[in-house]
Amino acid sequence: MPSSAPHPAPEPPIPALRTVAIDDLRYIRETMERSAAFTAVPGWATVAVGVTALGAAAWAARQPSLAAWVAVWLAEAALAVTLGAAGMVAKARRAGGPAFGGPARRFALSFSIPLFAGAALTLAYLRAGQGGWMPGTWLLLYGAAMLAGGAFSVRTVPVMSACFALLGALTLFLPRAWGDALLAAGFGGLHLVFGWIIARRHGG
Amino acid sequence: MGSPARKERAVASRRPARELAAVSGRSAEPAADLDRLIHERVRLGIVSALAANETLSFRDLKDLLRTTDGNLSLHARKLEDAGYVVCRKTFDGRMPRTDYRLSASGRRALERYLDHMEALIRAARAR
Repeated sequence: MPSSAPHPAPEPPIPALRTVAIDDLRYIRETMERSAAFTAVPGWATVAVGVTALGAAAWAARQPSLAAWVAVWLAEAALAVTLGAAGMVAKARRAGGPAFGGPARRFALSFSIPLFAGAALTLAYLRAGQGGWMPGTWLLLYGAAMLAGGAFSVRTVPVMSACFALLGALTLFLPRAWGDALLAAGFGGLHLVFGWIIARRHGG
Repeated sequence: MGSPARKERAVASRRPARELAAVSGRSAEPAADLDRLIHERVRLGIVSALAANETLSFRDLKDLLRTTDGNLSLHARKLEDAGYVVCRKTFDGRMPRTDYRLSASGRRALERYLDHMEALIRAARAR
């Protein structure tokens, strides 16, 4: 006859419980980091970049040489980076978070790699006198940079990135003479539209 | 077929809070120890996201946590009822807007939960 004495309760599987705790801590850290990156996208700064890009497109179209044309767009790129960084810092401060925390650093790293590729290709095109490939390459690589840096951002950012990449790919197969108009449509138009959407939906 | 690690996590995630509390070396009564209100994944996500941001809108949280309107509403309401988050409803033009922020008691609850998870890991290592 089996004993009626109660069996001792089985001990919980320690590795499994430890996994839960580690998994929870990882989820908390990732959510905090993701949320910081998520809201750091500056809507109004993106609109401002769109406005300056429209001005740059009009100015660049009047340049007599390829070198002068590239110089205008490089100046616009420097201005855009400054506006974007200032917007991110201002937004992070308003949210009470660190301006250059882990997510911001990761965004900058992911963003900088395709931009470096763009800079190298620009130099190569400039040396070869092949300025016609620049607009498509810039739009395509900017889309890739935004997609890499903003993969975990508000959904508007990956959508905007995909639009840039598609426009860039299309530009490579369109007449070279349309370059400034297509750059205006991308860096001007897309930044204006998506910047406004981000600012309205996700605050500044 | 999943990997052994994935299976282990899946089993562990279904484990009741009582066992987690017992292993942590504290009281075996989960209500007194492990905060089950925060233990649920969506609510843990809401509290964690709000700990890193002064405020987040309903839309931000929904996109961030990749959940539905109904699910987020339900869990946010539970946290609001417990006093862990504060909800503010305004109008942005004609559109209603809901913003959330973490209350002081919500922040303390998250800190307690973090302490508890760390204690659980230490206790598991000691065994």
